[in-house]
Amino acid sequence: MNSSRYLRRRIRGGIFMGLSVVATLFGLGWLGVILGTLLYEGFSGIDVAVFTESTPPPGEMGGLLNAIAGSFMMGVFAVAVGTPIGILAGTYLAEYGRYTRLAFFLRFVNDILLSAPSIVLGLFIYDVMVRPMGHFSAYAGAAALAVIVIPVVVRTTENMLLLIPNQLREAAIALGATRSHVIRSVTWKAAQAGIVTGALLAIARISGETAPLLFTSLNNQFWSVNPNEPMASLPTAIFQMAMSPYEDWHRLAWSGAVIITMAVLALSITARVLESPSERR
Amino acid sequence: MVDLTVKEDVSLVLGSARLRRSYRTERTFRNMTLACALLVAVLFAGIIWSLFDGAWPAIRAFGVSFLFTEAWNPVTERFGALAPIYGTLVTSLIAMLISVPIGIGIAIFLTELCPRGLRRPIGIAVELLAGIPSIIYGIWGLFVLAPILQATFMPFFISLFGNVPLLASLFAGPPYGIGVFTAGLILAIMTLPFVAAITRDVFETVPPVLKEAAYGLGATVWEVQWKVVLPYARAGVVGGVMLALGRALGETMAVTFVIGNAHRISTSVFAPGTTISAAIANEFTEAVGELYTASLVELGLILFFVTFLVLAAAQFMLYRLESLAGERT
Repeated sequence: MNSSRYLRRRIRGGIFMGLSVVATLFGLGWLGVILGTLLYEGFSGIDVAVFTESTPPPGEMGGLLNAIAGSFMMGVFAVAVGTPIGILAGTYLAEYGRYTRLAFFLRFVNDILLSAPSIVLGLFIYDVMVRPMGHFSAYAGAAALAVIVIPVVVRTTENMLLLIPNQLREAAIALGATRSHVIRSVTWKAAQAGIVTGALLAIARISGETAPLLFTSLNNQFWSVNPNEPMASLPTAIFQMAMSPYEDWHRLAWSGAVIITMAVLALSITARVLESPSERR
Repeated sequence: MVDLTVKEDVSLVLGSARLRRSYRTERTFRNMTLACALLVAVLFAGIIWSLFDGAWPAIRAFGVSFLFTEAWNPVTERFGALAPIYGTLVTSLIAMLISVPIGIGIAIFLTELCPRGLRRPIGIAVELLAGIPSIIYGIWGLFVLAPILQATFMPFFISLFGNVPLLASLFAGPPYGIGVFTAGLILAIMTLPFVAAITRDVFETVPPVLKEAAYGLGATVWEVQWKVVLPYARAGVVGGVMLALGRALGETMAVTFVIGNAHRISTSVFAPGTTISAAIANEFTEAVGELYTASLVELGLILFFVTFLVLAAAQFMLYRLESLAGERT
């Protein structure tokens, strides 16, 4: 009786454990298939023209040069604006306001912004920038991306600063340094790798963002580096090309997708490598 | 902080100009960090204000009925949010039904069954996949998944349940390939690594002592997971799932490609539909007329409100978990 009951329990356990293995194979299998098709379709379409020519009119060959340049420009703008703000805000949360009620509230708001639907952020920038300016522009696109960068950097900066042992701060204060001096030359230095990681993760996050760009920077079929005009970006170019009925454009869309994926993977792996020494500590 | 009472004495030693300068830098720096931190709250308030502002014409014109009207007609300027709300909820529900059990399965595999050597590589792979932009999942869904579903899965289900009363209407209609079900499936695949990674992190916070005690009493691996690990980690798992749900609700690109953008409610999950974010992405730049634009912005407002509730609940559960963990250690 008892041994048959034990057997039943073991069989039951075996079944469920088997299911979890199946779940893993199934889940990772899907993701493997996605990456596989992406690499296959993407790399079979990539040639020099992708990097040297601008997006073509329907039915002609072309490349993604203007979209790559646009993504790069807006990304640099967004990071240049968003990272310093994010680092300072994260510093306030971790240093000056660590236990205050205000910091608790700001932390909550920041976490909401971190996962807020990015298309809503696009609507926000449309309302405060595109409408008053009267036209779509790369400035607006960069601003929308910066709104995404800020919460990511705030969160990682705060987390990294919280890891710094208080003894470091106390030692510096005991030497007579002011609070701001301690932050700038001790805690920031100690958390340097982590803060850079946050910036890299933010870049990875925005390089694939499409929704907030659709009605801020719009899209541009031609080469343009004027930030006051609509500007192409890789994700919006992919969106437009994939939704079109043209075979050539579909190939370009796959190439664009593989470029974005490679960039994102490279950034996240770099961030991981940078972060790992502090993890071991 | 600089102590004001000793300032006089110290300034005799150091020279008051220098001390005043360092006091000023301190104050400037502190105010700068405070200003940037407050900017986060300003952004948040600005988003809500601008959505209300943009949606106001539609709110005034339709009132509460906006939420319960299925019509979406730019010509007669009749707009209602029911179809996009329905599509958003159904696609997210399908996504969660698929990704939560599989994600938990992966987490159990990673924490219990996986050979030690494979644990880190698989874990890292899952985390990297969680960072892949949604547009990649979207174009894969459009070019690869939809044709496959159209050719195999959908006709099979339609014929399988064609004569079963209730299920027949759930799986009715021609197999377009795109539609509500495809969108839900893509969302599931997209949120899967996220659910798996966060659940694994939560499982790892379970103290080994608890598990060892259960093993010591003769529990099987499954019983330990089901009766010890899951109950202990419940709040964290629910919080993580709600974070994933928040993502699924607001996701735009993975859905827009494969949903079909049809403003109607169909009982069949194979029929084309729309979601809030897909409707905004597809129509916003083409919307003419104040009321059309305002209706789309009101959709955005509804989406922001719903995701806010879900995310706030998720944050609350995760915060509670953190403070509980703090008390226990």
